[in-house]
Amino acid sequence: MHEPRPAGPAAATNPAPPAGPRLRAEAITLTQGGRRLLDGVDLDLAGGGITMVLGPNGAGKSLLLKVLHGLIAPDTGRVLWDGRPAGQATRRRQAMVFQRPVLLRRSAAANIDFVLRARGRRDRARRDALLAHVGLDAHASRPARRLSGGEQQRLALARALATGPELLFLDEPTASLDPASVLRIEQVVAAARADDTGVVFVTHDVGQARRLADDIVFLHRGRVVEHAPAARFFDAPASAAARDFLAGRIVV
Amino acid sequence: MQDFADAFARAVTLVISGDADLIEIVALSLRVSLTATLLACALGLPIGALLAIARFPGRGAVTVVINALMGLPPVVVGLVVYLHLSRAGPLGFLGLLYTPAAMIIAQTVLITPIVAALSRQVLEDLHAEYAEQFRSLCLSRRAAVGALLWDGRYSLLTVALAGFGRAVAEVGAVMVVGGNIDHLTRVMTTAIALETSRGELALALALGIVLMVIALGVNALVHGVHQSAARRAHA
Repeated sequence: MHEPRPAGPAAATNPAPPAGPRLRAEAITLTQGGRRLLDGVDLDLAGGGITMVLGPNGAGKSLLLKVLHGLIAPDTGRVLWDGRPAGQATRRRQAMVFQRPVLLRRSAAANIDFVLRARGRRDRARRDALLAHVGLDAHASRPARRLSGGEQQRLALARALATGPELLFLDEPTASLDPASVLRIEQVVAAARADDTGVVFVTHDVGQARRLADDIVFLHRGRVVEHAPAARFFDAPASAAARDFLAGRIVV
Repeated sequence: MQDFADAFARAVTLVISGDADLIEIVALSLRVSLTATLLACALGLPIGALLAIARFPGRGAVTVVINALMGLPPVVVGLVVYLHLSRAGPLGFLGLLYTPAAMIIAQTVLITPIVAALSRQVLEDLHAEYAEQFRSLCLSRRAAVGALLWDGRYSLLTVALAGFGRAVAEVGAVMVVGGNIDHLTRVMTTAIALETSRGELALALALGIVLMVIALGVNALVHGVHQSAARRAHA
Protein backbone atom coordinates (compact mmCIF):
# COMPACT_ATOMS: atom_id res chain seq x y z
CA MET A 1 0.00 0.00 0.00
CA HIS A 2 1.10 3.55 -0.61
CA GLU A 3 1.24 5.99 2.23
CA PRO A 4 -2.36 6.50 3.34
CA ARG A 5 -3.69 9.87 2.36
CA PRO A 6 -6.97 11.54 3.12
CA ALA A 7 -9.47 11.76 0.31
CA GLY A 8 -13.05 12.84 -0.01
CA PRO A 9 -15.76 10.32 -0.89
CA ALA A 10 -15.57 9.36 -4.52
CA ALA A 11 -18.38 10.73 -6.63
CA ALA A 12 -20.42 8.59 -8.96
CA THR A 13 -18.70 10.39 -11.84
CA ASN A 14 -15.35 8.70 -11.24
CA PRO A 15 -13.51 7.59 -14.37
CA ALA A 16 -14.37 4.10 -15.42
CA PRO A 17 -12.18 1.33 -13.89
CA PRO A 18 -9.79 -0.51 -16.21
CA ALA A 19 -11.45 -2.95 -18.56
CA GLY A 20 -11.18 -6.76 -18.59
CA PRO A 21 -12.65 -9.01 -15.89
CA ARG A 22 -10.34 -9.78 -13.00
CA LEU A 23 -12.81 -11.49 -10.67
CA ARG A 24 -15.21 -13.84 -12.35
CA ALA A 25 -18.03 -15.90 -10.87
CA GLU A 26 -19.52 -18.60 -13.07
CA ALA A 27 -22.94 -20.12 -12.39
CA ILE A 28 -22.65 -20.02 -8.60
CA THR A 29 -25.35 -21.85 -6.70
CA LEU A 30 -25.50 -22.40 -2.98
CA THR A 31 -28.19 -24.16 -0.98
CA GLN A 32 -28.31 -24.12 2.80
CA GLY A 33 -30.97 -25.76 4.93
CA GLY A 34 -33.04 -26.64 1.88
CA ARG A 35 -33.15 -23.03 0.67
CA ARG A 36 -31.44 -21.91 -2.50
CA LEU A 37 -29.61 -18.79 -1.38
CA LEU A 38 -27.51 -18.18 -4.48
CA ASP A 39 -29.18 -19.20 -7.69
CA GLY A 40 -26.92 -19.18 -10.72
CA VAL A 41 -24.81 -16.09 -10.13
CA ASP A 42 -22.63 -14.99 -13.05
CA LEU A 43 -20.46 -11.97 -12.46
CA ASP A 44 -17.47 -10.27 -14.08
CA LEU A 45 -15.71 -7.60 -12.05
CA ALA A 46 -12.96 -5.45 -13.47
CA GLY A 47 -10.92 -5.62 -10.27
CA GLY A 48 -10.52 -1.86 -9.92
CA GLY A 49 -12.86 0.79 -8.61
CA ILE A 50 -15.68 0.30 -6.15
CA THR A 51 -18.34 -2.26 -6.91
CA MET A 52 -21.35 -1.88 -4.66
CA VAL A 53 -23.45 -4.99 -4.15
CA LEU A 54 -26.94 -3.72 -3.52
CA GLY A 55 -30.13 -5.53 -2.69
CA PRO A 56 -32.78 -6.12 -0.07
CA ASN A 57 -32.06 -8.09 3.10
CA GLY A 58 -31.89 -11.80 2.43
CA ALA A 59 -30.92 -11.36 -1.21
CA GLY A 60 -27.69 -13.31 -0.63
CA LYS A 61 -25.28 -10.37 -0.64
CA SER A 62 -23.12 -11.41 2.32
CA LEU A 63 -23.07 -15.00 1.16
CA LEU A 64 -21.97 -13.98 -2.33
CA LEU A 65 -19.15 -11.95 -0.81
CA LYS A 66 -17.91 -14.94 1.17
CA VAL A 67 -18.07 -17.13 -1.91
CA LEU A 68 -16.12 -14.56 -3.94
CA HIS A 69 -13.51 -14.35 -1.16
CA GLY A 70 -13.26 -18.13 -1.11
CA LEU A 71 -14.51 -18.58 2.45
CA ILE A 72 -17.50 -20.64 1.36
CA ALA A 73 -17.35 -23.16 -1.46
CA PRO A 74 -20.40 -22.98 -3.71
CA ASP A 75 -22.40 -26.12 -4.46
CA THR A 76 -21.87 -25.61 -8.18
CA GLY A 77 -20.00 -23.09 -10.29
CA ARG A 78 -16.64 -21.51 -9.60
CA VAL A 79 -14.94 -18.28 -8.74
CA LEU A 80 -11.81 -17.22 -10.60
CA TRP A 81 -9.44 -14.42 -9.78
CA ASP A 82 -6.93 -13.65 -12.51
CA GLY A 83 -7.94 -17.02 -13.90
CA ARG A 84 -7.14 -18.90 -10.70
CA PRO A 85 -9.78 -20.59 -8.55
CA ALA A 86 -10.66 -18.81 -5.32
CA GLY A 87 -8.88 -20.27 -2.31
CA GLN A 88 -5.97 -19.76 0.03
CA ALA A 89 -3.72 -18.39 -2.73
CA THR A 90 -6.16 -15.75 -3.94
CA ARG A 91 -7.40 -14.96 -0.43
CA ARG A 92 -3.89 -14.04 0.59
CA ARG A 93 -3.96 -11.05 -1.73
CA GLN A 94 -7.44 -10.04 -0.65
CA ALA A 95 -8.93 -8.88 2.63
CA MET A 96 -12.39 -8.83 4.10
CA VAL A 97 -14.16 -6.76 6.72
CA PHE A 98 -17.13 -8.50 8.24
CA GLN A 99 -20.41 -6.93 9.24
CA ARG A 100 -19.60 -7.55 12.88
CA PRO A 101 -15.90 -6.92 13.41
CA VAL A 102 -13.99 -9.85 14.91
CA LEU A 103 -11.23 -8.22 16.92
CA LEU A 104 -8.59 -9.91 19.00
CA ARG A 105 -8.67 -9.46 22.77
CA ARG A 106 -5.76 -7.05 22.67
CA SER A 107 -5.08 -3.38 22.22
CA ALA A 108 -6.00 -1.64 18.97
CA ALA A 109 -2.33 -1.38 18.02
CA ALA A 110 -1.73 -5.08 18.81
CA ASN A 111 -4.56 -6.03 16.47
CA ILE A 112 -2.71 -4.36 13.61
CA ASP A 113 0.66 -5.72 14.74
CA PHE A 114 -0.77 -9.23 14.71
CA VAL A 115 -1.63 -9.02 11.02
CA LEU A 116 1.62 -7.30 10.06
CA ARG A 117 3.56 -10.00 11.90
CA ALA A 118 1.53 -12.79 10.31
CA ARG A 119 2.51 -11.33 6.93
CA GLY A 120 6.11 -11.28 8.02
CA ARG A 121 6.78 -7.58 8.40
CA ARG A 122 6.66 -5.91 11.77
CA ASP A 123 6.51 -2.22 11.13
CA ARG A 124 5.55 0.19 13.87
CA ALA A 125 5.56 3.21 11.57
CA ARG A 126 3.15 1.51 9.21
CA ARG A 127 0.94 0.41 12.10
CA ASP A 128 0.81 3.97 13.43
CA ALA A 129 0.08 5.31 9.93
CA LEU A 130 -2.78 2.84 9.53
CA LEU A 131 -4.28 3.78 12.90
CA ALA A 132 -4.03 7.46 12.03
CA HIS A 133 -5.53 6.75 8.63
CA VAL A 134 -8.74 5.48 10.25
CA GLY A 135 -8.65 8.11 12.99
CA LEU A 136 -7.70 5.80 15.85
CA ASP A 137 -4.20 7.09 16.61
CA ALA A 138 -5.42 8.41 19.96
CA HIS A 139 -6.79 4.97 20.87
CA ALA A 140 -3.78 2.83 19.95
CA SER A 141 -3.29 1.37 23.42
CA ARG A 142 -6.94 0.88 24.30
CA PRO A 143 -8.32 -2.67 24.37
CA ALA A 144 -9.94 -3.21 20.98
CA ARG A 145 -13.12 -4.56 22.50
CA ARG A 146 -13.60 -1.46 24.59
CA LEU A 147 -13.84 0.73 21.50
CA SER A 148 -17.23 1.91 20.24
CA GLY A 149 -18.90 0.06 17.39
CA GLY A 150 -17.72 2.61 14.87
CA GLU A 151 -14.19 2.57 16.22
CA GLN A 152 -14.12 -1.22 16.16
CA GLN A 153 -15.18 -1.29 12.55
CA ARG A 154 -12.56 1.31 11.61
CA LEU A 155 -9.96 -0.82 13.35
CA ALA A 156 -11.16 -3.86 11.41
CA LEU A 157 -10.79 -1.83 8.22
CA ALA A 158 -7.26 -0.72 9.17
CA ARG A 159 -6.37 -4.33 9.90
CA ALA A 160 -7.69 -5.40 6.52
CA LEU A 161 -5.61 -2.69 4.84
CA ALA A 162 -2.56 -3.87 6.81
CA THR A 163 -2.44 -6.98 4.61
CA GLY A 164 -1.92 -4.72 1.59
CA PRO A 165 -4.86 -6.25 -0.30
CA GLU A 166 -5.33 -5.93 -4.04
CA LEU A 167 -9.02 -6.52 -3.50
CA LEU A 168 -11.03 -5.53 -0.44
CA PHE A 169 -14.36 -7.09 0.45
CA LEU A 170 -16.59 -5.10 2.78
CA ASP A 171 -19.74 -6.67 4.17
CA GLU A 172 -22.05 -3.86 5.29
CA PRO A 173 -19.25 -2.29 7.32
CA THR A 174 -21.29 0.77 8.23
CA ALA A 175 -24.57 -0.89 9.19
CA SER A 176 -25.89 0.75 12.37
CA LEU A 177 -22.83 2.94 12.94
CA ASP A 178 -22.71 6.59 13.98
CA PRO A 179 -22.55 9.11 11.08
CA ALA A 180 -18.99 10.23 11.90
CA SER A 181 -17.72 6.65 11.63
CA VAL A 182 -19.67 6.10 8.42
CA LEU A 183 -18.07 9.20 6.90
CA ARG A 184 -14.60 8.13 7.99
CA ILE A 185 -15.04 4.63 6.65
CA GLU A 186 -16.30 5.96 3.32
CA GLN A 187 -13.29 8.26 3.14
CA VAL A 188 -10.91 5.40 3.84
CA VAL A 189 -12.61 3.22 1.23
CA ALA A 190 -12.38 6.01 -1.32
CA ALA A 191 -8.69 6.42 -0.49
CA ALA A 192 -8.13 2.69 -0.97
CA ARG A 193 -9.76 2.92 -4.37
CA ALA A 194 -7.48 5.83 -5.25
CA ASP A 195 -4.56 3.58 -4.27
CA ASP A 196 -5.69 1.04 -6.89
CA THR A 197 -7.24 -1.35 -4.40
CA GLY A 198 -10.34 -2.95 -5.86
CA VAL A 199 -13.33 -2.78 -3.54
CA VAL A 200 -16.43 -4.95 -3.43
CA PHE A 201 -18.79 -3.32 -0.96
CA VAL A 202 -22.06 -4.85 0.21
CA THR A 203 -24.71 -2.42 1.37
CA HIS A 204 -28.42 -1.94 1.40
CA ASP A 205 -28.01 1.81 1.81
CA VAL A 206 -28.89 3.42 -1.53
CA GLY A 207 -27.39 6.76 -0.50
CA GLN A 208 -24.08 5.09 0.30
CA ALA A 209 -24.11 3.32 -3.05
CA ARG A 210 -24.69 6.66 -4.80
CA ARG A 211 -21.80 8.24 -2.91
CA LEU A 212 -19.22 5.54 -3.55
CA ALA A 213 -20.07 3.24 -6.43
CA ASP A 214 -18.34 2.94 -9.76
CA ASP A 215 -20.59 0.08 -10.69
CA ILE A 216 -23.58 -1.59 -9.07
CA VAL A 217 -24.44 -5.25 -8.74
CA PHE A 218 -28.09 -5.56 -7.81
CA LEU A 219 -28.90 -8.86 -6.15
CA HIS A 220 -32.41 -10.15 -5.65
CA ARG A 221 -33.45 -13.60 -4.43
CA GLY A 222 -29.98 -15.02 -4.99
CA ARG A 223 -29.67 -13.77 -8.54
CA VAL A 224 -27.77 -10.90 -10.13
CA VAL A 225 -30.67 -8.93 -11.55
CA GLU A 226 -28.54 -6.06 -12.81
CA HIS A 227 -24.87 -5.20 -13.15
CA ALA A 228 -24.34 -1.74 -14.53
CA PRO A 229 -22.20 1.40 -14.17
CA ALA A 230 -23.49 3.41 -11.23
CA ALA A 231 -24.76 6.36 -13.26
CA ARG A 232 -26.78 4.18 -15.59
CA PHE A 233 -28.15 2.05 -12.73
CA PHE A 234 -29.42 5.02 -10.78
CA ASP A 235 -30.74 6.89 -13.84
CA ALA A 236 -32.48 3.99 -15.50
CA PRO A 237 -32.68 0.77 -13.52
CA ALA A 238 -33.64 -2.00 -15.89
CA SER A 239 -35.47 -4.32 -13.54
CA ALA A 240 -38.71 -3.80 -11.66
CA ALA A 241 -37.09 -5.00 -8.42
CA ALA A 242 -34.30 -2.43 -8.69
CA ARG A 243 -36.77 0.34 -9.55
CA ASP A 244 -38.87 -0.54 -6.50
CA PHE A 245 -35.77 -0.76 -4.30
CA LEU A 246 -34.48 2.64 -5.41
CA ALA A 247 -37.93 4.15 -4.96
CA GLY A 248 -37.87 2.98 -1.34
CA ARG A 249 -40.62 0.42 -1.79
CA ILE A 250 -40.35 -2.81 0.10
CA VAL A 251 -38.82 -5.52 -2.07
CA VAL A 252 -39.20 -9.13 -0.98
CA MET B 1 -14.31 -30.39 73.24
CA GLN B 2 -11.50 -29.06 75.41
CA ASP B 3 -9.08 -31.29 73.45
CA PHE B 4 -10.18 -29.84 70.13
CA ALA B 5 -9.89 -26.27 71.36
CA ASP B 6 -6.45 -27.07 72.71
CA ALA B 7 -5.43 -28.76 69.44
CA PHE B 8 -6.68 -25.84 67.43
CA ALA B 9 -4.75 -23.36 69.57
CA ARG B 10 -1.57 -25.39 69.15
CA ALA B 11 -2.25 -25.65 65.41
CA VAL B 12 -2.47 -21.89 65.08
CA THR B 13 0.75 -21.58 67.08
CA LEU B 14 2.45 -24.02 64.69
CA VAL B 15 1.35 -22.02 61.68
CA ILE B 16 2.33 -18.67 63.14
CA SER B 17 5.65 -19.81 64.53
CA GLY B 18 6.60 -21.36 61.18
CA ASP B 19 7.26 -24.87 62.46
CA ALA B 20 10.08 -26.51 60.49
CA ASP B 21 8.24 -29.79 59.86
CA LEU B 22 5.17 -27.91 58.77
CA ILE B 23 7.11 -25.75 56.33
CA GLU B 24 8.92 -28.76 54.90
CA ILE B 25 5.63 -30.55 54.25
CA VAL B 26 3.94 -27.49 52.75
CA ALA B 27 6.97 -26.76 50.55
CA LEU B 28 7.02 -30.32 49.19
CA SER B 29 3.28 -30.18 48.51
CA LEU B 30 3.64 -26.97 46.54
CA ARG B 31 6.69 -28.22 44.65
CA VAL B 32 4.98 -31.46 43.63
CA SER B 33 1.62 -29.94 42.72
CA LEU B 34 3.00 -26.87 40.92
CA THR B 35 5.37 -29.03 38.88
CA ALA B 36 2.50 -31.39 38.05
CA THR B 37 0.39 -28.40 37.00
CA LEU B 38 3.12 -27.09 34.69
CA LEU B 39 3.55 -30.52 33.11
CA ALA B 40 -0.21 -30.98 32.79
CA CYS B 41 -0.45 -27.62 31.00
CA ALA B 42 2.45 -28.49 28.70
CA LEU B 43 0.59 -31.69 27.74
CA GLY B 44 -3.03 -30.66 28.16
CA LEU B 45 -3.09 -27.31 26.39
CA PRO B 46 -1.85 -28.65 23.03
CA ILE B 47 -4.29 -31.57 23.33
CA GLY B 48 -7.11 -29.14 24.10
CA ALA B 49 -6.10 -26.88 21.21
CA LEU B 50 -5.92 -29.83 18.83
CA LEU B 51 -9.38 -31.06 19.84
CA ALA B 52 -10.74 -27.53 19.56
CA ILE B 53 -9.42 -26.78 16.09
CA ALA B 54 -8.54 -29.92 14.18
CA ARG B 55 -11.18 -32.07 12.50
CA PHE B 56 -10.28 -35.74 12.39
CA PRO B 57 -12.13 -39.05 12.65
CA GLY B 58 -12.70 -40.09 16.23
CA ARG B 59 -12.45 -36.55 17.55
CA GLY B 60 -15.84 -36.84 19.26
CA ALA B 61 -14.84 -40.10 20.93
CA VAL B 62 -11.54 -38.66 22.16
CA THR B 63 -13.40 -35.65 23.57
CA VAL B 64 -15.84 -37.89 25.43
CA VAL B 65 -13.02 -40.03 26.84
CA ILE B 66 -11.05 -37.01 28.03
CA ASN B 67 -14.15 -35.49 29.60
CA ALA B 68 -14.74 -38.79 31.40
CA LEU B 69 -11.11 -38.91 32.58
CA MET B 70 -11.67 -35.61 34.39
CA GLY B 71 -13.35 -37.67 37.09
CA LEU B 72 -10.51 -40.17 37.53
CA PRO B 73 -10.36 -41.41 41.14
CA PRO B 74 -6.94 -40.40 42.51
CA VAL B 75 -6.31 -43.80 44.14
CA VAL B 76 -6.86 -45.52 40.81
CA VAL B 77 -4.38 -43.15 39.17
CA GLY B 78 -2.00 -43.92 42.02
CA LEU B 79 -2.47 -47.64 41.48
CA VAL B 80 -1.86 -47.47 37.73
CA VAL B 81 1.25 -45.30 38.16
CA TYR B 82 2.41 -47.63 40.94
CA LEU B 83 2.10 -50.65 38.64
CA HIS B 84 4.24 -48.87 36.05
CA LEU B 85 6.89 -47.67 38.49
CA SER B 86 7.11 -50.73 40.73
CA ARG B 87 10.20 -52.86 40.36
CA ALA B 88 8.36 -55.40 38.22
CA GLY B 89 6.72 -52.71 36.12
CA PRO B 90 7.82 -51.42 32.71
CA LEU B 91 9.34 -48.26 34.24
CA GLY B 92 10.67 -49.98 37.36
CA PHE B 93 14.28 -49.54 36.21
CA LEU B 94 13.94 -45.80 36.80
CA GLY B 95 13.70 -46.40 40.54
CA LEU B 96 11.16 -43.61 40.96
CA LEU B 97 8.70 -45.30 43.28
CA TYR B 98 8.37 -43.55 46.65
CA THR B 99 10.05 -40.37 45.40
CA PRO B 100 8.59 -36.90 44.76
CA ALA B 101 9.08 -37.60 41.03
CA ALA B 102 6.59 -40.46 41.24
CA MET B 103 4.13 -38.16 42.98
CA ILE B 104 4.57 -35.53 40.27
CA ILE B 105 3.92 -38.17 37.61
CA ALA B 106 0.77 -39.38 39.36
CA GLN B 107 -0.66 -35.89 39.80
CA THR B 108 0.22 -34.99 36.21
CA VAL B 109 -1.73 -38.05 35.02
CA LEU B 110 -4.59 -37.04 37.29
CA ILE B 111 -4.99 -33.44 36.10
CA THR B 112 -3.86 -33.52 32.47
CA PRO B 113 -7.37 -34.61 31.38
CA ILE B 114 -8.82 -31.71 33.39
CA VAL B 115 -6.55 -29.19 31.69
CA ALA B 116 -7.17 -30.74 28.25
CA ALA B 117 -10.95 -30.93 28.58
CA LEU B 118 -11.45 -27.47 30.06
CA SER B 119 -9.02 -25.78 27.67
CA ARG B 120 -10.72 -27.51 24.73
CA GLN B 121 -13.99 -25.87 25.75
CA VAL B 122 -12.37 -22.45 26.15
CA LEU B 123 -10.50 -22.65 22.84
CA GLU B 124 -13.40 -24.11 20.90
CA ASP B 125 -15.64 -21.19 21.85
CA LEU B 126 -12.92 -18.73 20.93
CA HIS B 127 -12.19 -20.52 17.68
CA ALA B 128 -15.86 -20.47 16.68
CA GLU B 129 -15.69 -16.71 16.93
CA TYR B 130 -12.34 -16.23 15.16
CA ALA B 131 -12.30 -19.01 12.57
CA GLU B 132 -13.75 -17.13 9.60
CA GLN B 133 -11.61 -14.05 10.21
CA PHE B 134 -8.51 -16.23 10.51
CA ARG B 135 -9.32 -18.00 7.26
CA SER B 136 -9.76 -14.64 5.58
CA LEU B 137 -6.34 -13.61 6.87
CA CYS B 138 -4.83 -16.91 5.66
CA LEU B 139 -3.21 -17.55 9.01
CA SER B 140 -1.07 -20.63 9.39
CA ARG B 141 -2.34 -23.29 11.80
CA ARG B 142 0.48 -22.35 14.16
CA ALA B 143 -0.31 -18.65 14.12
CA ALA B 144 -3.99 -19.40 14.69
CA VAL B 145 -3.29 -21.66 17.69
CA GLY B 146 -0.87 -19.10 19.10
CA ALA B 147 -3.48 -16.36 18.81
CA LEU B 148 -6.15 -18.52 20.46
CA LEU B 149 -3.86 -19.45 23.36
CA TRP B 150 -2.86 -15.83 23.89
CA ASP B 151 -6.36 -14.41 23.61
CA GLY B 152 -7.70 -17.14 25.89
CA ARG B 153 -4.92 -16.61 28.43
CA TYR B 154 -7.13 -15.46 31.28
CA SER B 155 -9.57 -18.33 30.91
CA LEU B 156 -6.67 -20.76 30.48
CA LEU B 157 -5.05 -19.50 33.67
CA THR B 158 -8.29 -20.37 35.42
CA VAL B 159 -8.07 -23.83 33.87
CA ALA B 160 -4.51 -24.24 35.19
CA LEU B 161 -5.57 -23.13 38.66
CA ALA B 162 -8.45 -25.61 38.62
CA GLY B 163 -5.91 -28.34 37.83
CA PHE B 164 -3.62 -27.15 40.60
CA GLY B 165 -6.49 -27.09 43.07
CA ARG B 166 -7.34 -30.67 42.25
CA ALA B 167 -3.69 -31.79 42.50
CA VAL B 168 -2.83 -30.12 45.79
CA ALA B 169 -5.99 -31.42 47.49
CA GLU B 170 -5.85 -35.07 46.42
CA VAL B 171 -4.52 -37.69 48.80
CA GLY B 172 -4.99 -41.09 47.15
CA ALA B 173 -2.47 -40.90 44.32
CA VAL B 174 0.42 -39.39 46.28
CA MET B 175 -0.20 -41.81 49.13
CA VAL B 176 0.05 -44.86 46.88
CA VAL B 177 3.11 -43.84 44.83
CA GLY B 178 4.82 -41.65 47.44
CA GLY B 179 4.31 -43.78 50.50
CA ASN B 180 4.06 -40.80 52.88
CA ILE B 181 7.69 -41.14 53.98
CA ASP B 182 8.72 -38.57 56.56
CA HIS B 183 11.09 -35.87 55.21
CA LEU B 184 10.90 -37.43 51.76
CA THR B 185 7.43 -37.83 50.33
CA ARG B 186 5.15 -36.51 53.04
CA VAL B 187 2.82 -33.85 51.70
CA MET B 188 -0.02 -31.94 53.34
CA THR B 189 -2.84 -34.33 52.52
CA THR B 190 -1.00 -37.52 53.42
CA ALA B 191 0.32 -35.94 56.60
CA ILE B 192 -3.19 -34.88 57.63
CA ALA B 193 -4.45 -38.42 57.10
CA LEU B 194 -1.59 -39.89 59.11
CA GLU B 195 -1.57 -37.40 61.97
CA THR B 196 -5.33 -37.66 62.34
CA SER B 197 -5.18 -41.43 62.60
CA ARG B 198 -2.38 -41.09 65.17
CA GLY B 199 -4.38 -38.60 67.18
CA GLU B 200 -1.84 -35.81 66.54
CA LEU B 201 -4.58 -33.33 65.85
CA ALA B 202 -2.49 -30.17 66.20
CA LEU B 203 -0.25 -30.83 63.20
CA ALA B 204 -3.18 -32.21 61.19
CA LEU B 205 -5.22 -29.10 61.93
CA ALA B 206 -2.30 -26.79 61.20
CA LEU B 207 -1.86 -28.44 57.79
CA GLY B 208 -5.58 -28.28 57.23
CA ILE B 209 -5.53 -24.55 57.90
CA VAL B 210 -2.70 -24.04 55.39
CA LEU B 211 -4.50 -26.18 52.83
CA MET B 212 -7.70 -24.20 53.27
CA VAL B 213 -5.82 -20.92 52.90
CA ILE B 214 -4.23 -22.19 49.69
CA ALA B 215 -7.61 -23.33 48.36
CA LEU B 216 -9.16 -19.97 49.24
CA GLY B 217 -6.20 -18.14 47.77
CA VAL B 218 -6.46 -20.06 44.49
CA ASN B 219 -10.17 -19.30 44.26
CA ALA B 220 -9.62 -15.64 45.08
CA LEU B 221 -6.95 -15.53 42.39
CA VAL B 222 -9.30 -17.10 39.83
CA HIS B 223 -11.97 -14.59 40.76
CA GLY B 224 -9.55 -11.68 40.58
CA VAL B 225 -8.20 -12.75 37.21
CA HIS B 226 -11.72 -12.92 35.80
CA GLN B 227 -12.66 -9.58 37.27
CA SER B 228 -9.64 -7.80 35.86
CA ALA B 229 -10.07 -9.51 32.50
CA ALA B 230 -13.72 -8.46 32.35
CA ARG B 231 -12.76 -4.91 33.28
CA ARG B 232 -10.39 -4.76 30.39
CA ALA B 233 -12.89 -6.52 28.12
CA HIS B 234 -10.48 -9.33 27.41
CA ALA B 235 -12.74 -12.01 28.84
